Amino acid sequence: MMHLPLLPVLVPLAAAILQLALHRAGIAGQRTIGLGSAGLSVLLALALLWTTGDGAVRVVALGNWPAPFGILVVADRLAATMVAVTAAVALPALLAATGGADRLGRHFHPFFQLQLAGVNGAFLTGDLFNLFVFFEVMLIASYTLLAHGAGPERARAALHYVVLNLAGSLVFLIALGLLYGTLGTLSIADLAGRVAALPAEHAAPARAAFALLLAVFAFKAALVPLGLWLPHAYGAATAPVAAIFSVLTKVGIYAILRLSTAVFPAADWTAGLLAPWLMPVALGTVVVATLGVLAARRLGAMVANLLLLSTGMLAAAVAEGGPRMLAAMLYYLPHTTLVSAALFLLVGRIADARGEVGDRIVHAPRPERWRWHAAAWLALAIAVTGLPPLSGFLGKVMLLSAAPAGPTGAAMWVTFILSGFAGALAMARAGSVVFWERADQPAAAQTSAVLPGAALGVALCCVPLLVVGAAPLSTHARAVAEQVLARQPYLAAALPGPEAAPRERRP
Amino acid sequence: MELVMATGIGALVAAGVWLLLRERTFPVVLGLALLSYAANLFIFAGGRLSATSPPLVLGEVAAGATPADPLPQALVLTAIVISFGTTAYLVALSLRLVGESGTDEVDDRGDQA
Repeated sequence: MMHLPLLPVLVPLAAAILQLALHRAGIAGQRTIGLGSAGLSVLLALALLWTTGDGAVRVVALGNWPAPFGILVVADRLAATMVAVTAAVALPALLAATGGADRLGRHFHPFFQLQLAGVNGAFLTGDLFNLFVFFEVMLIASYTLLAHGAGPERARAALHYVVLNLAGSLVFLIALGLLYGTLGTLSIADLAGRVAALPAEHAAPARAAFALLLAVFAFKAALVPLGLWLPHAYGAATAPVAAIFSVLTKVGIYAILRLSTAVFPAADWTAGLLAPWLMPVALGTVVVATLGVLAARRLGAMVANLLLLSTGMLAAAVAEGGPRMLAAMLYYLPHTTLVSAALFLLVGRIADARGEVGDRIVHAPRPERWRWHAAAWLALAIAVTGLPPLSGFLGKVMLLSAAPAGPTGAAMWVTFILSGFAGALAMARAGSVVFWERADQPAAAQTSAVLPGAALGVALCCVPLLVVGAAPLSTHARAVAEQVLARQPYLAAALPGPEAAPRERRP
Repeated sequence: MELVMATGIGALVAAGVWLLLRERTFPVVLGLALLSYAANLFIFAGGRLSATSPPLVLGEVAAGATPADPLPQALVLTAIVISFGTTAYLVALSLRLVGESGTDEVDDRGDQA
């Protein structure tokens, strides 16, 4: 399959077009197409993992235009892993949406598929302008998904989200213009060579462009101080939408990782761009998110802050770098994405079952099936705060054992352990208020659909799988980290023959 | 020409940022539109300003002449389409907000949940 790396983008795109064309066929048809596409995405992600598993980097040159002029789709182990994580989150999220959340507004399903296409495209693209385009595809879909459902609160959260992201996209565009103006290329592999050829005394505009790019990625990853929008927006979204949004912050982390490993080592003048500030910012994100978790008065806001917390931990791992740290981060990333998504789905279930009270952390009549909810909340709380024996613990152990000696490592130890402790405290308190403490009047009977429960089951299944499969997963994560740090496989595949095309020197 | 271009972009950005920080949605939308004009002009300028270089049309560029860089033009076209679409969506969303909450203020002062 020569075009396999392209399919994770094309399949959801085709499904979205099909759903729009057939939207008169009713919701059942839409759901079938959507679930079929999500299932196919899982299979494609597995195939992609398999073809890149031997260390090969698969490249598709669209229209067969040679690199660096054509548009490339590049699948290496890192991209394949990210696509697999996206597929693993998308399937349960879509299943949960079929329980009725998709009928709150029109065209939920096409936008969900466009969201998938955009996220997968951002992971697979080989040049920065297409990264921008896929970011926009992903964001436009996320704007509509966030506004999906009624209520002025949701509309206002969506408005803030849209305005902030549009401003971010414009900064992205300006950075791209600056980069193209100074280096004459936007292909990631080609950039590495150009950066190496640029003398340090002429590097100031390119440095500014890279700094702007990193700021945009930090904004997408919701790092402090650019990430305070996240709990507000994600807390207001419907549960399935929030679950798929837990992948979006990882796109920012991925972009920082890709840029900092593929391009920055090529020249000395890029040295100060990332190292001095990413670690403090990441640890600051962890601290702020921990405070947010403690202060949350809704379960949704609490989970959104937990997501922010894990993003900070991932960013700290990217800032530290090194094969062991990146390997730990690449084990922690699927874990945290899946668990956050499952938590969002669970909160949606709980809010539905409690009726009017929703997900507010207050005493209320217990719904009929509260024991299941409480058990799921306990399991996910253990996983997300990093208590043994679940995958969060393993991930945190890997991260901390890779932490360097010295003040940076000490800071990581302190923030990670304390944030886990505070998170466990807050989740225990929320759980006991929501599930244990009695309220007198009996709960109103709630109808609960089967499919969202199944979705939650699928999402919950991932947690023991991540523990049982920890050894092969961490071996895979190590292989990904080694390939990313080696740089050469990616660069050689995406730009065969660096001297292939002599170009004008830009004045 | 460079000076005109640079001051023009600067003025657009300044006006755009000022409008973006207003408290009602309509100026915010206008501010984003102005900022996107500035970004588009900036990318366009990244392809070098030149009044004399011919467009890149195969077979029609005279020998020895350096054609204008076609890539920024393509990038700008893409960026214009995207910003047009997102602005339209933002307008629709603002209208929905006015319809649902009866005010076009960006921040809700009342409920601080």
